[in-house]
Amino acid sequence: MELATFLIQLLNSVQYGLLLFLISSGLTLVFGIMGIINVAHGSFYMIGAYLAWSLTQTLGNFWAALALAVPIAVIIGLVLEWLVVRFLYTRDLLYQVLLTYGLILMFEELRSILWGDDVRGVNIPAALDASIRLTDTLSYPVYRLAISGVCLVVAGLMYWLIQKTRVGMTIRAGSVNREMVQSLGIDVKLIYRLVFALGVTLAALAGMIAAPVSSVFPGMGNQILIVCFVVVVIGGMGSVKGALVASLLIGLVDTFGKVLHVQIGGVHLLPELASMSVYLLMAAILLWRPEGLFGKHTG
Amino acid sequence: MTHAHASRRASAPALRFLLQVLLIAALASLPWFAEKYYVQFVARIMIMGILAMSLDLLLGYTGLVSFGHAAFYGVAAYVLAMLTPAYQAAGFWTSFPIAVIGAATSALIIGFFVVRTHGIYFIMVTLAFAQMLFFLFHDTRLAGGNDGIYIDVRPDARILGWKPFNLERYDHVYLLVLVLFVLVWLFLRVLLRSRFGHVLAGIRVNEHRMRSLGFETFRYKLACFTIAGALAGIAGYLSAVQFGVVNPEFMGWHQSAAVMMMVILGGMGTLAGPVLGAAAWMLLELGFQSLPVAGSIDLGKHWQLWMGGFIVLTALLLPSGLLGAWSSLARQVSARRGAGPQTTANPMASAGKGRPLDRQP
Repeated sequence: MELATFLIQLLNSVQYGLLLFLISSGLTLVFGIMGIINVAHGSFYMIGAYLAWSLTQTLGNFWAALALAVPIAVIIGLVLEWLVVRFLYTRDLLYQVLLTYGLILMFEELRSILWGDDVRGVNIPAALDASIRLTDTLSYPVYRLAISGVCLVVAGLMYWLIQKTRVGMTIRAGSVNREMVQSLGIDVKLIYRLVFALGVTLAALAGMIAAPVSSVFPGMGNQILIVCFVVVVIGGMGSVKGALVASLLIGLVDTFGKVLHVQIGGVHLLPELASMSVYLLMAAILLWRPEGLFGKHTG
Repeated sequence: MTHAHASRRASAPALRFLLQVLLIAALASLPWFAEKYYVQFVARIMIMGILAMSLDLLLGYTGLVSFGHAAFYGVAAYVLAMLTPAYQAAGFWTSFPIAVIGAATSALIIGFFVVRTHGIYFIMVTLAFAQMLFFLFHDTRLAGGNDGIYIDVRPDARILGWKPFNLERYDHVYLLVLVLFVLVWLFLRVLLRSRFGHVLAGIRVNEHRMRSLGFETFRYKLACFTIAGALAGIAGYLSAVQFGVVNPEFMGWHQSAAVMMMVILGGMGTLAGPVLGAAAWMLLELGFQSLPVAGSIDLGKHWQLWMGGFIVLTALLLPSGLLGAWSSLARQVSARRGAGPQTTANPMASAGKGRPLDRQP
């Protein structure tokens, strides 16, 4: 493989990995702090992408759409927590899965009613619509670099929020001992509501910034959700650090799995099997560490 | 205890047996008076009943929340489709066992990986492996890819020149489904009352204790996962025979979630519950699909919206399913009359009836 091609694929895999991290960190946070498994998490990615598309259509400007879509995502998160999710804290995992699965069906149909079933595209905003030349024939789009940049900034902000601020301290304390934090006069319910909204917003934000490079289509949330599950299983449930490592790992395996098949294109040994490489990685990790790379051991 | 009570209790099993025989007889006579559409609809309910019972073996009896159970249903269906040559029939007596063994083998392999995980990991890992199989059939040209694969001619049931039934006839398909449905039911009844079944219940209640008692719980769970996969394979084979076409949606996660919903809707940890749930689910689906157009929105076309809302409400309000709701209602009524036992003496007995699983710490 040529160096330039390799570099491009490497950048692609990092960009994909960071985007995955943005989504799966919300999933793992909500589980780690609130003990909720949310299978509707992928729907927020889809909602984010569709919001970006429809608001860009209406407002004519991607940035304005983004500025409006993020608060909408926050509100969706807050309302959902208040409406249904708060009843799940004391419930068994099974019912959490079911209820959030029901939400997926509703979101998909509401999307169909509001925005239709067609595949949509969002233009790359003009300011970032350029490429960096690597060689005479190869170049790399600036927008993809910008995606990676945004993901890194958000990851940094999250680290700062959870590890360095007073709110973050309460969040961490709440995940360890809910009753104790409550008896100290801290409103745990409010904390939970905010964490859930944070998770929703992260997934939706990922959808928004991914919309210009991946198309906007029905079922896009479910596709990404399964990959996020694999990320969380590999990284360890509830571990944000694990989610970061696993996301980058999956990004590498997925991207290079697809590239290598092009390289040995003459052989044609079911090349589409590349899409299974991610699951094989998961199987291997499960044999080695059933609780994930950074997960706590549970009996 | 009064004499009346004692005699009623003694005759209860006999009465139940009689009712069951009558029910089976009524079901068996259906093709002689009902139209084709209804016969096929009831056959589909029974196929889903088999699938739901097989999932309940994991979900309700062993406490393994599998979110990828449709994978094995789909594998068996695909095995039949791939064994069927173009414009010819596969042999029933060979293709059926191969399909079931295929489903069991894939359950054994996947189970080897997933059974070592617990709780939330188990849910996600079963889903992920099922998706892996989904993509295997969806993305490759192994068996028709995205579009699926047709079974031009239904399997041939000829054995030594004698043909006991003809699967090209819908009523014969129905009767085959009924026979296998009853056999699966009986098999599960026997299995659950055996020592093996008691070990599974023990694992559900407290796996650590079972392990410290010397049970190799990994093996028991793996065996249970494999058996459930094989039974799901029976359902998948029958579905493939009935529809005459197999596509990746057979093993999609919507199918897995639907079965899970049937089990919970009916009441898990029972055999009647999942079957009842399957019937209720299919009727609901049919009902929502036939909703009219209201204004600019086609209510029937967006039936998944109502289904989703229904699932949300069920998860919130009906934690022990229809059977659980029924028995708690019956308990209330009998308590008001001041007759009958108000609580079951054996906590395990009530625990089995649609008991929500203990929340993970």
